[in-house]
Amino acid sequence: MGLRDASGPYFGEYGGRFVPESLIEALDELTDAYARAKADPAFSAELVRLGATYTGRPSIITEVPRFAEHAGGARVILKREDLNHTGSHKINNVLGQALLTQRIGKTRVIAETGAGQHGVATATAAALLGMECVIYMGEVDTERQALNVARMRLLGAEVVPVTAGSRTLKDAINEAMRDWVTNVATTNYIFGTVAGPHPFPAMVRDFQKVIGDEARQQVLDLTGRLPDAVAACVGGGSNAIGIFDAFLDDDGVALYGFEAAGDGADTPRHAATITKGRPGVLHGARSYLLQDDDGQTIESHSISAGLDYPGVGPEHAWLADLGRVRYLPVTDAEAMDAMRLLARTEGIIPAIESAHALAGSIGLGRELGRDGVVLVNLSGRGDKDMETAGAWFDILDEK
Amino acid sequence: MSAVGAAIDARKAAGSGALIGYLPVGFPDLATSVDAAVAIAENGVDVIELGLPYSDPVMDGPVIQKATQTALAAGFRLSHAFDAVQQITSRTRVPVVLMTYGNPVMQYGVDRFADDLLAAGGAGLITPDLTPDAATEWLGAAERTGLDRIFLAAPSSTDTRLAMIAEKSRGFVYAASTMGITGVRSQVDSAARTLVSRLRSAAAERVCVGLGISTAQQVREVLEYADGAIVGSALVSALDAGGVAELARTASALALGTRLV
Repeated sequence: MGLRDASGPYFGEYGGRFVPESLIEALDELTDAYARAKADPAFSAELVRLGATYTGRPSIITEVPRFAEHAGGARVILKREDLNHTGSHKINNVLGQALLTQRIGKTRVIAETGAGQHGVATATAAALLGMECVIYMGEVDTERQALNVARMRLLGAEVVPVTAGSRTLKDAINEAMRDWVTNVATTNYIFGTVAGPHPFPAMVRDFQKVIGDEARQQVLDLTGRLPDAVAACVGGGSNAIGIFDAFLDDDGVALYGFEAAGDGADTPRHAATITKGRPGVLHGARSYLLQDDDGQTIESHSISAGLDYPGVGPEHAWLADLGRVRYLPVTDAEAMDAMRLLARTEGIIPAIESAHALAGSIGLGRELGRDGVVLVNLSGRGDKDMETAGAWFDILDEK
Repeated sequence: MSAVGAAIDARKAAGSGALIGYLPVGFPDLATSVDAAVAIAENGVDVIELGLPYSDPVMDGPVIQKATQTALAAGFRLSHAFDAVQQITSRTRVPVVLMTYGNPVMQYGVDRFADDLLAAGGAGLITPDLTPDAATEWLGAAERTGLDRIFLAAPSSTDTRLAMIAEKSRGFVYAASTMGITGVRSQVDSAARTLVSRLRSAAAERVCVGLGISTAQQVREVLEYADGAIVGSALVSALDAGGVAELARTASALALGTRLV
């Protein structure tokens, strides 16, 4: 039996549903509605139509030979999710869940966001479908991603800065869950990644696997064969599982998830959950987790807001234990170098999140050499990161 | 029978119902939190619900979040909870249950946690993010140790789930008065009355109502139909504002709601 399309609630010993009783009914409703939608050709037809006419699917692939000269001369191919409407892969999942919200008959959506990409995508879908929208975002993130806060507000969403805890993505999820517990009768929670309680990990994966389904065929068409390696960045892990899924049962394709190592995986300041964490429960699911001996969550650190999360999706934890996917750390400095390298060699500015996958692909290319083919999920574009990049590279004029 | 069950039944036999008081361990510091728990026991609280500070408390509102995060910042460790239970139970006969999110228990080791809680004199656990169907290991440990296992029921719970919750709970069932999180509310939701009645139909042995209860009047209203009323944020606010003395006055005032009119 293959590894693709595991349906949850458990992926091996990971996943499940560790949530307040108040949410069980809503999660059951969502699970049932999704099962019915999945079986309804009209639902998938509507998703395909929105993909083609709104998102810009299929997203193209781009071979990057000048970048690849720095990666051992292997063929490096980017899957261009950065070209999607709203600038990242997040829209794929959001449109699916927003359509589902309509089917359930709810009129208000909430979401958490880290980098702001999922918040922007949710605000976009809410505008498109005429739904009320509230986005929870850690206060630290509202500062480092101010441009995305403005985008969400322009789209008509209310953005609530979360001041609890570490004031980042993890606390935004806590606050969104509190909202959901309180307003569940009218509200659907559009969760942004493949973490959280069942059915989110499997459902979000299903909405993202279009990335890998397209890319697998596109690489075959371009090169006549499957890639040797597929690379993606992993925070919660939605873009990674989206591109991995199509290759899970292709034994010859090595899969690599690159986690944010911040200052270094051996320093206290990182977000390398699988590399350095151990199994525990956070945000409704059992998975790898950065935590102390008492089970208190440890704050993560990454220059990339979208990877700054102390948990990871349960399917990734399972794939890590099985050895099917290797999860490796990439530091802030390595990611920023890769961001600049892609900009200067190919004229493409990646999101700092995606730059972690690019940094990882350099090492993979060098291992594989000139005959190798590496597929990288370029999950988002870097426009939102210009303030961070400006400060990092010291390229802003003094005022 | 469980000490918690006995404490509630004693109040019911007297024609009233129980007052259950929540306070976090380690707030504002460990020694004061022990004194605070003893103080509410001496001022009319029948069961102490001792909250275990946790980094990601999704069922808690701002008041309790602030208190538990303060305790964590001040260096709270899980082992302090067992020390606190031991000290409290050596000073009062009022039973103590711990309110804890699941992950700290799992990381400590479910069986080890149950053993240490029992050894410290604790009576059981309230688990806000562990429903009976997600708590297999804890159900086993509770069976082995005789500790009470108090699960939550919500207005949105189906009849099937209420039956499961009633069957798996021991001590009492914690009926959430409203769809929401902990915190002071001006009115106790009418959903509470319906939920208690549904839980009784589901054969729950005892049902106590919590979330949003902060005055003696609300305690009295709830005890018209429930076996106990659970107060949290109002006690934590009193402790925060005026120390143990103010807390004792608040507990005493709330306990007026358990007196017969």
